[in-house]
Amino acid sequence: MADATDTGTGPVAHPGRQAPDAAAGGPVLAADGRPLKASLKRALRAQKMRALLLVAPLLLFIMLTFIAPIVDMLFRSVENQIVAETLPRTVAELQDWDPTSPTLPDDATYDALYVDLFIAAEYKMHTRLGSRLNYEQTGMSSMFRQIGRDVDDFGDLYLDQFEDLDPRWDEAEPWAALMAHPEYLAAASDWRAQRDSDAIDPRTTPPPAFRLVPGINDLLPGTARAYAQYAAYMHVEEEETADEDEPWTLVHTMLYNDLMAADAAAIAAYDGPMADALVTAKDAVAGFETMTRKAQFIDADEDWGNLEKWATIAVYSPEYTPGYFLTAVDMQLGADGITRQDEDKRIYALLFQRTIFMSMMITISCILLGYPVAWLLANLPMRSANLLMILVLLPFWTSLLVRTSAWKVMLQQQGVINDVLVWLGLVSDSDRLIMINNQFGTIVAMTHILLPFMILPLYSVMQTIQPTYLRAAKSLGATNWTAFWRVYFPQSVPGIGAGSILVFILSIGYYITPEIVGGTSGTFISNRIAYHISSSLNWGLAAALGTILLAAVLILYWAYDRIVGIDNVKLGG
Amino acid sequence: MKNTSAFLASTALAVAFSPAMAQEMSNEMTIVSWGGAYERSQQEAYSIPYNAMYPELTITWDQSSNEAVAKLRAMNEAGNITWDLVDVVAADGIRLCDEGLVIEYDPEELLAEGDDGSSAEDDFGDLIVSDCFIPQIVYSTTFGYRTDMVGDTPPTEVCAVFDLEAYPGKRALEKRPINNMEWALYCDGVAKDDIYDVLETSEGQDRALAKLDTIKDQVIWWSAGADTPQLLADGEVVMGSTYNGRLFSVIEEQDQPVAMLWDMQVFDMDGWVIPAGLSDEKLARVKDFVFFATDTQRLADQAKWISYGPARNSSAPLVSTHADLGIDMAPHMPTDPANAANTLLYNYEFWADYRDDIDAKFQSWLVQ
Repeated sequence: MADATDTGTGPVAHPGRQAPDAAAGGPVLAADGRPLKASLKRALRAQKMRALLLVAPLLLFIMLTFIAPIVDMLFRSVENQIVAETLPRTVAELQDWDPTSPTLPDDATYDALYVDLFIAAEYKMHTRLGSRLNYEQTGMSSMFRQIGRDVDDFGDLYLDQFEDLDPRWDEAEPWAALMAHPEYLAAASDWRAQRDSDAIDPRTTPPPAFRLVPGINDLLPGTARAYAQYAAYMHVEEEETADEDEPWTLVHTMLYNDLMAADAAAIAAYDGPMADALVTAKDAVAGFETMTRKAQFIDADEDWGNLEKWATIAVYSPEYTPGYFLTAVDMQLGADGITRQDEDKRIYALLFQRTIFMSMMITISCILLGYPVAWLLANLPMRSANLLMILVLLPFWTSLLVRTSAWKVMLQQQGVINDVLVWLGLVSDSDRLIMINNQFGTIVAMTHILLPFMILPLYSVMQTIQPTYLRAAKSLGATNWTAFWRVYFPQSVPGIGAGSILVFILSIGYYITPEIVGGTSGTFISNRIAYHISSSLNWGLAAALGTILLAAVLILYWAYDRIVGIDNVKLGG
Repeated sequence: MKNTSAFLASTALAVAFSPAMAQEMSNEMTIVSWGGAYERSQQEAYSIPYNAMYPELTITWDQSSNEAVAKLRAMNEAGNITWDLVDVVAADGIRLCDEGLVIEYDPEELLAEGDDGSSAEDDFGDLIVSDCFIPQIVYSTTFGYRTDMVGDTPPTEVCAVFDLEAYPGKRALEKRPINNMEWALYCDGVAKDDIYDVLETSEGQDRALAKLDTIKDQVIWWSAGADTPQLLADGEVVMGSTYNGRLFSVIEEQDQPVAMLWDMQVFDMDGWVIPAGLSDEKLARVKDFVFFATDTQRLADQAKWISYGPARNSSAPLVSTHADLGIDMAPHMPTDPANAANTLLYNYEFWADYRDDIDAKFQSWLVQ
């Protein structure tokens, strides 16, 4: 590697110069006889590799701790797997249903919903989905919470009738004998015996995996699937074997469906466990009292017969949704496509505008206040400049909350400034100025907090400006103002640029200070982001708002680069 | 905040010497609470006596309850639960339960019987609002007013908040729709029992906002519980809503010219939730602690330190005097009959459904 780099050092500095020669007459050869182009490439590659290896640890660190979490968070703004994961069968059925249609989904959808919700309720996933959908449609939260309790009882209708026929239908062992593979039953009883005698630790040795008895899947397909779901639940959630507890009522509902659909001859031909009970049941099911799932759902809660609620489930069933982004720009995604948000709920566009406007105001006030201070710092003798520098840095060493709360004491109506003004007689006691809990309060407090970020880059740029230039300008007849404006100021512009970018980008994402002193008119978009992260738990919307904010900053940065030029930004000499 | 004495004790005592029971229980426990006087009351009433029983136990307190929901979700996603027991308001407890981030419990199994022999379920009664939430205290959000700024006729009912003529000056209200919408409708003439029926409708929400509009210019909106006490103490506002314990502290401990307006106080609860995914040892420890910390005497003891009502019926007769001030605590409880003549109970189900919707409306109204 060192070899390659050594031979490459010369050409690397001016790679372009060799190109015309190479094109003119055959390949130019390097000292070692190989074509110069190849040798050059190798050298460049080696150098790049070395540079990459040198920064690799830092790069990796930044990727893992900074970029990856941000990307992960931003990704949430479109992610919507929860609906399809919780209600897979229902979502599949809903593919054929038009959310704008005036009729409810068909019975098959309700049957699918029953299976989905039954399983989701057992795993306690349904309430999460309810909270998710409640962001889009009010009332979904309690609708899902409530149905999670009710859906368990739907199957009682059939369980009771089966039980009346034969009590074994409500017992664990007969069911296990009907459904489970004999090897599973043996393994399960072994595992239990070992566990009960403390020979194994159930946490490290899980119960055996469930297997269906061969043939049952063809005879009673729905029942077998439901029983396998139940067994899987026992295995994962309860860390138990399936054969000691009576199965879910979902299994009984499925048994009813299977028996209604089954061929009497096939049932009669079955000769395994519970054969007699199956034959009796097959004869009896036609006379069972029954109810469609649809009727049961609407009976339990009429909201399940509400078109709007179904439309919300259907519209938000894809795995990725633009819904959060639309909400973040005051639009909404509903059954009839994308529409504007109701007027009384529009808020985000206003907050984005306000955040940008106020950040600009803060940046401008920082320039106005910081420029003279930086000039003083750069032009005073070292000793006094150092003292002044400490005063500039002092706020950095004070807690942000303390500084913000101090402004509260200063600015409030019974505060220091108002008291002084009243005492001086400048304002009357009844008309005290309102300087806090509004935009003014936010701008004042944030300008104070961010001022050092403006002064420091300005100072470091001003320090490099030769005082002789000013003297030269004056000696050539310029007035003080002309000398400053034509000679000094242009040289300090890179400092203003650096300070402005720092202050603007910091202020656009600020939220503690606006929260404390901003009242209602002085809050930023970041306050809503914080609300959605910590209170409403609508992380998707928070991510969408954050993505838009990030994009806005990048666009502004790009525009700044085009107008001012990023090369004109200096953080120091 | 580490409990140093317990920490020393635990290092001094080898695990082998601890009682047989404790061997199966973790010797470390992280409890999440709100900090301040409230956390102190929990330490004095629960954890210090508990630590005396189990000197090898180290209890770490973390003041993250106000962001417990978001943090628990993040921990759950990361698969690394570092909290053992979390103190949350009931609405957050329900939300965490819905998200499956905290475990469900059986009151008869986890909680002690009442001193009067009643079962845990009866003793806590309706306060068990969720399968995961273990009630601890009842607090209320209510109003306090400056006694020196209301003239000769101090307000006796909540609608004084909307009466700018009789009580001019600024008011402090919380920067969220919950409670404010209810008070607005009530003072707009809606019967107490009909409030949520009205608030379900879009017109009802507009009506509540219209009522709030009449005082919007005179409202300072707070977001931290400490704001209103400060605003009252500084004379920035003539009246303001906050938690009754904060007002107690302004009135009795700091001796400010402030008085309570108990009318239409909104009851809410604080309680424990146990994060899902704890190891067996940790879970055993937490359950043991919760059994102890929610028994009749412990809940009554907490009222010595803060003016929040114990969640058990059987604790009420045992409430005594303030530990430092020596004053009788019963009249300062939100549940005291004299204070609870006209109250509202936070409607958890309603707000779980309508919170996102009404909040969007409310915030939009707020920034107009």
